[in-house]
Amino acid sequence: METLWSRLRQDRIGTISLGIVLAYLALILAAALGLVSAGWNREVGLPYATPSLLGVQPSLEAALPAGAARPRGTSPDLSAVDPLAPKYAEWARRTAELEVSEPERSATLPWGGDRWGRDVLDKAVKGSQVSIAVGVAAALFATLIGTLLGAFAGFYGGKTNDFLEWLYNVFTSVPGILLVFALAAVLRSGGLSKVFASGIWMVVIILAVTGWTGMYRLVRAEYMKHRSREYVLAAQAIGASAGSRMFVHILPNVGHVILVQLSLLVVAFIKVEVILSFLGLGVPVDMVSWGTMLSEAQTELVIGKWWQLAAATVFMAVFLTAFSMLTDSLRDALDPKLR
Amino acid sequence: MMPTLAGVLVLVFVLFKFFGGDPAEILAGQVASAEQIDAIRRELGLDRPWIAQLGIFAREVLTFDFGKSWMTREPVSEIFMTRLPATLTITIPILLLEVLLAIPVAMLVAYFRGTLLDRIVMAVCVAAMSVSFLVYIIVGQYLLAFQWGLFPVQGWSDGFWNNLLKYAPLPVLLATLVSLAPQTRLYRSFFLDETKNDYVRTARAKGLSEPRILFRHVLRNAMIPVLTNVALLLPGVFAGSFLLEIFFSIPGLGREIFLAVNRSDYPVIQAFTIYLAVLTMFVNLAADVLYRLVDPRVQLG
Repeated sequence: METLWSRLRQDRIGTISLGIVLAYLALILAAALGLVSAGWNREVGLPYATPSLLGVQPSLEAALPAGAARPRGTSPDLSAVDPLAPKYAEWARRTAELEVSEPERSATLPWGGDRWGRDVLDKAVKGSQVSIAVGVAAALFATLIGTLLGAFAGFYGGKTNDFLEWLYNVFTSVPGILLVFALAAVLRSGGLSKVFASGIWMVVIILAVTGWTGMYRLVRAEYMKHRSREYVLAAQAIGASAGSRMFVHILPNVGHVILVQLSLLVVAFIKVEVILSFLGLGVPVDMVSWGTMLSEAQTELVIGKWWQLAAATVFMAVFLTAFSMLTDSLRDALDPKLR
Repeated sequence: MMPTLAGVLVLVFVLFKFFGGDPAEILAGQVASAEQIDAIRRELGLDRPWIAQLGIFAREVLTFDFGKSWMTREPVSEIFMTRLPATLTITIPILLLEVLLAIPVAMLVAYFRGTLLDRIVMAVCVAAMSVSFLVYIIVGQYLLAFQWGLFPVQGWSDGFWNNLLKYAPLPVLLATLVSLAPQTRLYRSFFLDETKNDYVRTARAKGLSEPRILFRHVLRNAMIPVLTNVALLLPGVFAGSFLLEIFFSIPGLGREIFLAVNRSDYPVIQAFTIYLAVLTMFVNLAADVLYRLVDPRVQLG
């Protein structure tokens, strides 16, 4: 651990990446605790409020020539045939009784507003929290499944290995994205859709169930290599049980492989989560992730409102670049034999 | 291969039978009486024990007859066969272009390894890979097609050449650009791994020039991992382009599966999953044989 830290410290890119990743983690922790971006869902600005840097820009309505929008002529009297006509007076009276307060809406926001005037910067921060949390949770689950199955297959060999290899072949022979789609279809319409009411767990399960195979293959190979090493045989000689040899003796020695693969999975899963959320198969509509922001951004771009696209892209690209660089540095620090 | 296929069959069956919704209720829609649902259930054989249902499903798989789509009433096999050409029209050019472009770029970077150029290209690759594919498609479609009008925004026709030359170029261009970064990174590592070998040192010792070593010796040996990687990419030609198909309204397999997921159209999803699993297995088998031809050291196990 000590050497890992000192090796990582020497790597300038690794240190900077670690700093960025830690900054993101602090940000999403603050967002999870409600310290920042708690009001991402409040409509604080005008629809499509412009970024502060650009200043106030005339809205689409104001740009129309005066009177152009107003329809001409009088509307015909329909009260004789309109079945709701007698109710209008009562409704108007009751509406007047209600006190309506329109909150102060600002014309500009730090990084612009979306269609409903929500702050894009707040959304991007909250979206980071959801996207990163989903990616990390799914990667942890996939690692758990892959490590357990890989350890059993590699350590025991024989029938256990044959069975798990068959399972691996079954899961990898179906193209990944199809398995994701099939699971999404099943979980959305099936009985389990009520169990995962929050929706976010559904994404985590889909990713974990489809993404464990790579980890399994790596861990299995490592266990096959290690199971007949002297230190494992020595442990067996002093009476260590199979479980103890697998998870107390061998596991710490293959931990670096698992850690690097786990980081790779986080990056891959965040990308898939973004695509799933974009397609509407990911996080539910009352949440925001980078993917849902991008799906709104597609229609916004056509009318020239580029800031939500920019916010989601920049937040995602910076995090993933830093995380990938950190993974590379981690691999170099953990395994000096490689390059 | 057969045990794997049986496994895929059971996996799909279990997934839809025990985790999916009740097909009869999905088929009957929102307003249906209990009798109607019962009738549908009898028609589909859902009142039989599950082992009998597995038998029905296995027969469907073996005869390649999955019945009709629940939503459009089209036979599923017909949907599959009519959607496949559109998918292949864009995925095969993508695969060819990305491999043919990545090899020279990776060789160039490997030649300048350790220099500033190498580090800049690698850093750009990592950054380019960190931006979602969605962003490339959204921005590419907006700028190149909508703003500048270089390509049609979306669409598809009945003529093959019209599709390939008019509608396919933009999706192919975007996908190739996006996959260039990871491929370059990968191929560079293949070339660098080869340059550590003894035969490279021998070639240097007898005074061969560096480009000659790279082209005559390293390139040939590095083709083996490159070929393995292409074999891994091959199955992706069938469903890998679903995002492009959705964005550009291309009537291909990926878009069809996405629509089926949204409509809970189980027969289509089940059939496509199994068809594509079978195709993937055959492609992998073919790749293994090809691999043996290229590298005589490989033994087929």
